[in-house]
Amino acid sequence: MSAATATFAQRMRGSRLLWPVVALVALLLANAARNPGFLSVRLQDGHLYGSLVDILKNGAPTLLIALGMTLVIATRGIDLSVGAVAAIAGAVACTTIVGSSDPTSPAAAVTGIGVALALCLVLGLWNGFLVSLLGIQPIIATLVLMTAGRGIAMLVTDGQIITVRNDFFREIGAGFLLFPISILIALAALVAVALVTRRTALGLLIESVGINPEASRLAGLRSRTIIWTVYVFAAVCAGVAGLMISSNVSAADANNAGLWIEMDAILAVVIGGSSLAGGRYSLSGTLVGALIIQTLTTTVYSMGIAPEVTLVFKALVVIAVCLLQAPKMRARFARRRPAGHPATQPSADADSLAAQQDPADHDAAEPDGVADRPVADAVDAPDTKQKVTQS
Amino acid sequence: MLKKILPVAVSAVAVAALAACGSSSGAAAGASGAGAGGGDKIVMGFAQVGAESGWRTANTKNVQESAKTAGIELKFSDAQQKQENQIKAIRSYIQQKVDVIAFSPVVETGWDTVLLEAKRANIPVILTDRAVDSEDKTLYKTFLGSDFVAEGKKAGEWLVKDSEGKSEVNVVELQGTTGAAPAIDRKEGFADAIKAAPQIKVIASQTGDFTRSGGKQVMEAFLKSNPKIDVVYAHNDDMGLGAIEAIEAAGKVPGKDIKIITVDAVHDGMQALADGKINYIVECSPLLGDQLMDLAKKVVAGESVPERVVTEETTFTQEQAKTALPSRKY
Repeated sequence: MSAATATFAQRMRGSRLLWPVVALVALLLANAARNPGFLSVRLQDGHLYGSLVDILKNGAPTLLIALGMTLVIATRGIDLSVGAVAAIAGAVACTTIVGSSDPTSPAAAVTGIGVALALCLVLGLWNGFLVSLLGIQPIIATLVLMTAGRGIAMLVTDGQIITVRNDFFREIGAGFLLFPISILIALAALVAVALVTRRTALGLLIESVGINPEASRLAGLRSRTIIWTVYVFAAVCAGVAGLMISSNVSAADANNAGLWIEMDAILAVVIGGSSLAGGRYSLSGTLVGALIIQTLTTTVYSMGIAPEVTLVFKALVVIAVCLLQAPKMRARFARRRPAGHPATQPSADADSLAAQQDPADHDAAEPDGVADRPVADAVDAPDTKQKVTQS
Repeated sequence: MLKKILPVAVSAVAVAALAACGSSSGAAAGASGAGAGGGDKIVMGFAQVGAESGWRTANTKNVQESAKTAGIELKFSDAQQKQENQIKAIRSYIQQKVDVIAFSPVVETGWDTVLLEAKRANIPVILTDRAVDSEDKTLYKTFLGSDFVAEGKKAGEWLVKDSEGKSEVNVVELQGTTGAAPAIDRKEGFADAIKAAPQIKVIASQTGDFTRSGGKQVMEAFLKSNPKIDVVYAHNDDMGLGAIEAIEAAGKVPGKDIKIITVDAVHDGMQALADGKINYIVECSPLLGDQLMDLAKKVVAGESVPERVVTEETTFTQEQAKTALPSRKY
């Protein structure tokens, strides 16, 4: 029992997730200190009600988009068009529903959702086509749709805010099955991706393409197909997120739906410890990152931070998290810590353990997956270890 | 070859342009003289911002209809939110020697050159809906548009009246986009008006970015961090509509448990007002066409007009919304 907790503590200490999780907990505690009711959750009309539930519900679109973004970034790419795709999905779904013969029927909602997601699939194919086949730099290739996409959404809605009254459609973003349906969808997608990429070799292949697409191709991987697929997946995630956003308020706002959400998603991925240089990703990290971002927003609202300084406050928290995660800072903390806990391990050992990246980063699906360790890590670790022992 | 031709072509164009300038100023003077004397049909060039919202579309339609009823010939252009398009449109109106130019500037700055061209061509300019930031006030005749401070004041005055006899009224405010003129002014006007009633307190104020999602998220947080909220004041209808959703999800009745005041009076907002979910809406009207045509006739006839004309705007209670809703244009 005590041995198990000891290893858990060691693993947490070494994990990249440590500081993001600490930041998340600190934010929640700060809120609870300011407003004691913050952590309380009660039943209201048959569903959970409370600030924590709001964080989950409103964070779901960001989480879903960040999930798609994680895989794109793992292949050394980036997708800037997700916000625009989300806007298009909402616009198409709402106009389809309003234009159908019975706008309040579930059938109309299903048609609207189907049409919207099919279109997102096509948009994903377009992004993937530009990046994988034409070899355009991802940031430029997806910038095309980022700029043009909102125009397309405006064209679809005729520049108006389209209001729908459809109870079935409303469920996606505002409905509850005890928990908010939106977060259930996002978590289901997260688990599915974790299973598919971590229980099979797919995750390793994606990382391998991210490290070196050409070498991967020569080693017999279909680099192009993998890259193409992750862009399609990202667009579909963005589409579902767009449906959530518009369903939450029962309206499609082509101008503002999903505005700047691509930046939030990228930030969530980075806070979660995935490398923007590709070749390494952490799904559990993305989950924590997305939750931090939404908690931050909710904190601003409930603590009454003045709108003029909101962005500064957010920036400070994000800078703090990123600094704490930086390898140099981590090494510093890791060196100091063992002095406080002399009982656990001889200090040299604890150092090297902390300096290594924890395998748990890499597999959300396998919390105990110590056995399989991606190539990138094995290469990285000795280097960091050396630095620590030198200093 | 091309190198040799290019300078020649450029100078030819320049000469043509100069000639055009010369002739246009002379002709414009003649045209305005004729307009004043012979009662010719007035020609107005109108450079619209674009069609970014339902509000703007209603604005465009209204200007077109008012021109028809007033017997003014309207030349209309849509700048699609781009300043260069708008400048081009104004230049072409100057070339066409219209009698008066009206436009809603996309941005506040960068208009001095083109307005000076209009002034030299003796064509009066009327600004609608949005102002320009220019030192030289003689570049345009008048500015016709809403007074956002007055809108905030009207909202506050209604609340002061409604709160008579109550010991404590807690207000939460959903602000527009931080730094936007309507957000700053509507906040200021409201704060001024509620000074009259010390029991009214704004206990939380946060930006909802003029959007429904923003309004909903902020209201969700407000409902949890403030146990007693009596009134929501939203700087536009959309944020108010988002707040309604949040209030309903919290198991309270919007319009009764928590009263809602908004600004704008777009169709969805008016519908919610008629349904009893919003209590009071201050109108921010795009229907300034008739006032614009009156002003146009006056400036063309050479009469003096005030520097600032405020759009005729009203307010709506739930009862008024029910009667007004069927005939609303936007």
